[in-house]
Parts: sequence; structure tokens; C-alpha cells
Amino acid sequence: MLGLGGGLAAAATLTACGQNNPLDGGSSATPGAGESSSMGSEAPMGDKPSLTQWYHQYGEEGVKEATERYAAEYEAATVTVKWNPGDYNSILAAQLLTDDVPDVFEAEQGGSLDQIRSGQLEDLTELIGDAKDDFNPAVMKRFTFEDKIHGIPQTIDMQLLYYRPSLLEAAGVEPPTTMEELIAATNAVKTDSMGGFFAGNDGGIGVLGTMFIWSAGYEQLNEDRTEAAFLNEDFYNGLVAFRDFSKSGGVVQAASAEWFSPDAFINEEVAFQWGGLWSLPAIKEAFGDDVGVLPFPAIGGNGRPSVPFGAFGACVAAEGKNVDASKEFVKWLWIDQEDKQVDFSDAYGTHIPAKPALVAQATQLADGPGADAAQFVSDSGFANDIMWSGAIGEKYGAALSNVIKNDADPAAEFEPLKALIASELEKLKG
Amino acid sequence: MSNATSSTIAPASPSTGRPGLWRRLRGHQGRNLWFAAFVAPFLLGLMAFVYLPIVWSAYLSFFEARNTVNPTRFVGLDNYTYLLNDGLFIQSLLTFVAFALFIVPTTYVASLGLALLLNNLRWGQAFFRSVFFIPTAVSYVIAAIVWRFAFFSGARFGLLNQAITAAGGDQVNWLGGTNDLYWVALVSVRLWLQTGFYMILLIAGLQRIPQETYEAAALDGAAGWRLLRFITLPQLKATSVAVILLLLINAFQAFDEFYNMLGSIGSYPPYARPPLVHLYLIAVGGGQQDLGVGGAGTMILTAIIVLFGVGQNFILNRSNT
Repeated sequence: MLGLGGGLAAAATLTACGQNNPLDGGSSATPGAGESSSMGSEAPMGDKPSLTQWYHQYGEEGVKEATERYAAEYEAATVTVKWNPGDYNSILAAQLLTDDVPDVFEAEQGGSLDQIRSGQLEDLTELIGDAKDDFNPAVMKRFTFEDKIHGIPQTIDMQLLYYRPSLLEAAGVEPPTTMEELIAATNAVKTDSMGGFFAGNDGGIGVLGTMFIWSAGYEQLNEDRTEAAFLNEDFYNGLVAFRDFSKSGGVVQAASAEWFSPDAFINEEVAFQWGGLWSLPAIKEAFGDDVGVLPFPAIGGNGRPSVPFGAFGACVAAEGKNVDASKEFVKWLWIDQEDKQVDFSDAYGTHIPAKPALVAQATQLADGPGADAAQFVSDSGFANDIMWSGAIGEKYGAALSNVIKNDADPAAEFEPLKALIASELEKLKG
Repeated sequence: MSNATSSTIAPASPSTGRPGLWRRLRGHQGRNLWFAAFVAPFLLGLMAFVYLPIVWSAYLSFFEARNTVNPTRFVGLDNYTYLLNDGLFIQSLLTFVAFALFIVPTTYVASLGLALLLNNLRWGQAFFRSVFFIPTAVSYVIAAIVWRFAFFSGARFGLLNQAITAAGGDQVNWLGGTNDLYWVALVSVRLWLQTGFYMILLIAGLQRIPQETYEAAALDGAAGWRLLRFITLPQLKATSVAVILLLLINAFQAFDEFYNMLGSIGSYPPYARPPLVHLYLIAVGGGQQDLGVGGAGTMILTAIIVLFGVGQNFILNRSNT
């Protein structure tokens, strides 16, 4: 009767199964099943060192085979790829605490604060050297912590706003770049059967979240990471504007699918949908050329458009048995082998190559919405600050929900976050 | 006394000293041995999966433990003060109270009503018992998903919304949080899932009431409501107390239907958040594992559940005497 564990163990989340979406931090599928190979890293074959390389489970067909092919082509070491279905972050975190660490592995946004702090990641700053200028600047900025780089970006995923140019033309409105324009355009195009703007069945609060900070023209934290940098009138006014937008019926509160699925947009339930880049192929198949994409519009006088991105970075375990060989392999695959980088991003689903120069070679991003999306990340890409912790995110989301759904006063609701964020950052500084 | 007998036997035949001890350990007909053999697997499981984690959580709760179960930074009671000052945690306890105040009596009355109806049924009792019991076998997760996407979908495709719009009403946003109607979904799924189970417990309780009591009461002229009020309910007291406490603890552990009906990837709204959901989000949600604060929460919840357990024993003992 005291079985507290029961509820937790039986918990299952509604994750976007099969979607490859690095932007979603925690999924909690059951770990365990499926291990592609278990060659020990300690037994060198011939003269060549043996390395293990870890990936999370990509949803798209063929990615696993591709990573195995890349590994097989590498001649200076025998690389064994291990595919990790389930909650990759937890599995990786647990394995990194043991003696048997994977030599090379991918980590969200190039490694977490904990991983960097506890010295689990090898410093790759010198390895990447000047090549870092070849990578997407927004991603590289996020991958750099205290002037050090611990992961080489593999590929980029992102979210953006889908619309149908034909609908806007018929209503005589331009693609919206500001919140006011989005509200006006929504009111112009929505009909009885087709709703306006959709970003999930929670009214968009979950997925839009920190977009309200970035699009209002602010950052989550100040330069020194000692306090919040967004708790001001502009931000509060933006929330009120979105609340009015929601209450006026412009924001669709419920659709047949979630934001991460293209279905609501394809079913013509909504005129604008916030979604993932991964939905682009399905949306293009449904509407052909009649597909446009936008970043989240600028909010208020200080505003600017913004899109969130997520990228896995290839990291090297500092405690690995062949650190130098591992670094060489990472350099070979993720810095030098550009054809493989394009293949990885473009051949199995839609992702953006981590190097802007390669975007033109990605067939899906050559022109139209795909090319726009790639540009958005370079120009307006944002990602959660490395110190924007789960606890801060939780409190932020709760305040946001109270403001937008329960008519709470934004200044009063967000006031407690000031102290909370400061004390959390103090803790994280360690 | 056993001391006296063994000391008189031991000097007489020293060679039997050992078997004597062994025999005493084994017990009469090896009862102790069998006891150990049957209890050990369960006890080991309980130790490994319940008590050890609780003890470990207690240990973690005094440390700054993020993404690690071997923390080094001792923080004393910081995690506890953090949680007790956490508005969302306090609110989650209040959510539990509100939820329990509603779901416990409702389930009890519904289960008792069904049990009374079925207990007096002359034919088809087994059939109806199975009909009402079957939902118990359904997973909370699956039921929650069916409720979320089929019945209570806020889109016009939702079953309830289709019925409402067909009747000329407006589409209702059941789970979106712009109103309190998500409680209808949360309460109805739990009622559907658990009423049948408690009905069975209560039927078992009803069948233990001696028929003669009713006959005697009938001779005294009692019937209908008076029989229920003065014979059935008092005789059912022990079962009722057990059922109500089970319901209370189940309500306290509510997680699955909440999380699967209201949560979306990586996020959960601040409303309708029971304690376990809140702690889950702290301990494993949001890409961060704050096991220190999570451990402190586990301790607080464990304390509350232990209080319930002790209260249950107390009430049961009193009702037995």
C-alpha cells in the first residue's frame, strides 16, 4: 500500500512517437530494447583502436544504417555504432557515470551544463579551430560555454510558422511579421470552418513558451547569467497582446492533432500553424507550392522575429580509453566529411545542415520554404540558455499559463521569478 | 522456559546441541523455514524496489543532487524549505485534497449503489458483476488517451462536442484550461475505471452479513431504508473503512490520467496538478533531474501516506472493538 513507485513506473508520456525532434527534451519511453552491437571498446582489433559511438534513436527510416555506413568507411579506427531507443538523455547520463563510457556520443545542444561541469566532455575547442566559422553562428553561439566548445553540431532542427500564401492573397493581406499583423491576418483569413492561429491544444503555451521573450527582443538571462533579462513592460505587454488574441478566438484552442503533427494544418482546420520543420514534406505534399513559412512574429516596439532551434552535437568522452582517436573520428565525420553531413541532414527527413554553406546542397532546402527555414535559424535562431534549468522553465511556464488563461496580471505573476531565477542561477554557478 | 529445557537436555547428549538449535530455528514441522521461503522473495523485492529507494530518496533529499544519485554537496534542509515555499507544490497538495474530497465519496456511493443493486439481483448477477468489473482491467493510460482524444477532444471532432453541436450547442474546450471542465474528464475516467473494483469488495462485504440479521430485523418490522441504515451499513463498516482508505491513497497517488490527459511533450499546465505529477516534473521532467528536491518531496508524500496508514489502522482497530 506504500508503493509510491507504482504511479511513477506506470507513467507514460504522450511523445511524438517516431518524430525526430531534438527540441523535445524529455520523452519517457521504456529503455532497454534494441542494441545494435556490443563490441567492447577495450579490445583493439589489429593496430586500429576500437571506438563506440552512441546516438539516440532517430525516427526516420535509414538513419541507423547511414550512421553505420559512415562508421564503416572510417579507416583509422574500428567504430561501432550503438543506437539507443528510449530516454536517451537519461541512458547517456547514467552510462557516463560508469567506467565503460561511450567514446563518442551525441548530446543535445552540444552537452549539458552538468556534463561540462563534471568534466565528462572533452574540450573540442582546438579540434574545431577556425572551422567553427563554417558552422551556423546561432548554433555555434549556443554550443560555446565559457569560451569552450564541447560538441560539434551534427544537424539542426527547428520550429516555424506555416501558412498558405493563397489564403493571404485572397484576403488581401501580406505575410505577417509582427504580432499586430498576425492578429490582423488571422482575422482576415479565418472562416467558420477554418480557425486562425494554432500552436497546440494547450493554446500554444507549452511550445511557444520562451518565444515570447525572444520575439519581444530580449534574452532569457543577462550576459553574466546572474539574473533574468526579460522581466519588463515590453514582455508583459506582449503577453497581454497574445492573451487578447487568444480570448478573441484568433488562437485555435483545440484541433484534431497537436502542434508537432501537420494534420490540423493539412486538414484545413487552421490557417496558421506553428509546427516543426519535420512536418514540411507532408505539408508540401498536401499543398504543393502553396506553402509559406515565417518565424514567430516580432512583439512590441523592441521586438524581432525569432525561431527556436535544436541541434545534437558530437561529443567525446573525457574518460574514454582512446580520446585522441575519438577526436580524430569526430573531426573526420562532422567537420571534414561534408557529403556525409549533407546526407545525414537531407536524406532521411528534413533537417538543416549545421554548416550554412551546405544548405544549398540539401535538396529539400534548395528553395522555397526549406531555404527560408534555414535562413531563419541563421538570422533569428534562439535556443534555451544552458543555465535555463528545468526548474526555471517550470516556473516560467506556470506563470505564463496563469497570465494567458486565468487573466492574471503579468507583472504580479512574474515578479516572484526574479528572485527565483537569481537564486537558481546562483546554485547552478556551483 | 525453553532455556530451562535446553539446559537440561544439552549436558545429557552434547551431540544433539547443534540440531537442537537448528530445529528450533526451523520451527515445528519446519514452519519457520517455510515462512522464510515464502516471504523472502516478496521481502527482497519490497526491499529493493520500495524501501531502498525510499531510504535513498531520504539521503538524496539532503543534498544538491542534479542528474546524479551520488551527490556530494550537502545542503541540509534546503530542499525541504524550497518545496514548502514552492507555490505549485502547495497547490498540488490542495489539488489532491479537492480531488479526494470529490472522488472518494462519489466512488464509494457509486460502488455501494451498484453492490446493493447487484446483491439483490435474482438472475444475471455474475453477468452484471463482470460488466461493471471489466473497466478495472483497463490501463489508466489507455483510458486517459481514449478520453482525451475521443470523448473530450476540444475540437469539433470530439464525440461529446459532436453531440453538443448536433443538439445546437457551442463547441466546448474540455481540456484546454480556459475553464474548469477538465475535471469532468478526470473524474469520469477514474469513476469508470475504479467503481467496479470497489463494487466487488463491497459485494464481498455484503455477503458476509448473516441472513438471520435481516430476518430478525424483518420480524421487528424493519424494511427498505431502515434495513440499510441500521443493519447493512453498520455491518459493512469494516469493509467501508478499508474501501475509503484505499480510495484516498489511490487518489493521493493519482498520476496516469492527469499526466496523459493534460500533459503535452515536456510540459504540464500549472492547474490540475496532483503531487506526484509535480514531483515527477521536478525529478525527471524538463530535461533535468533534480533528485534532491524530488527526494524531499518523496519524503513529504511518504510521511503523509504513512499517516493515512496509521490512521487506517487506528480506525479499523477501534471499529473492531
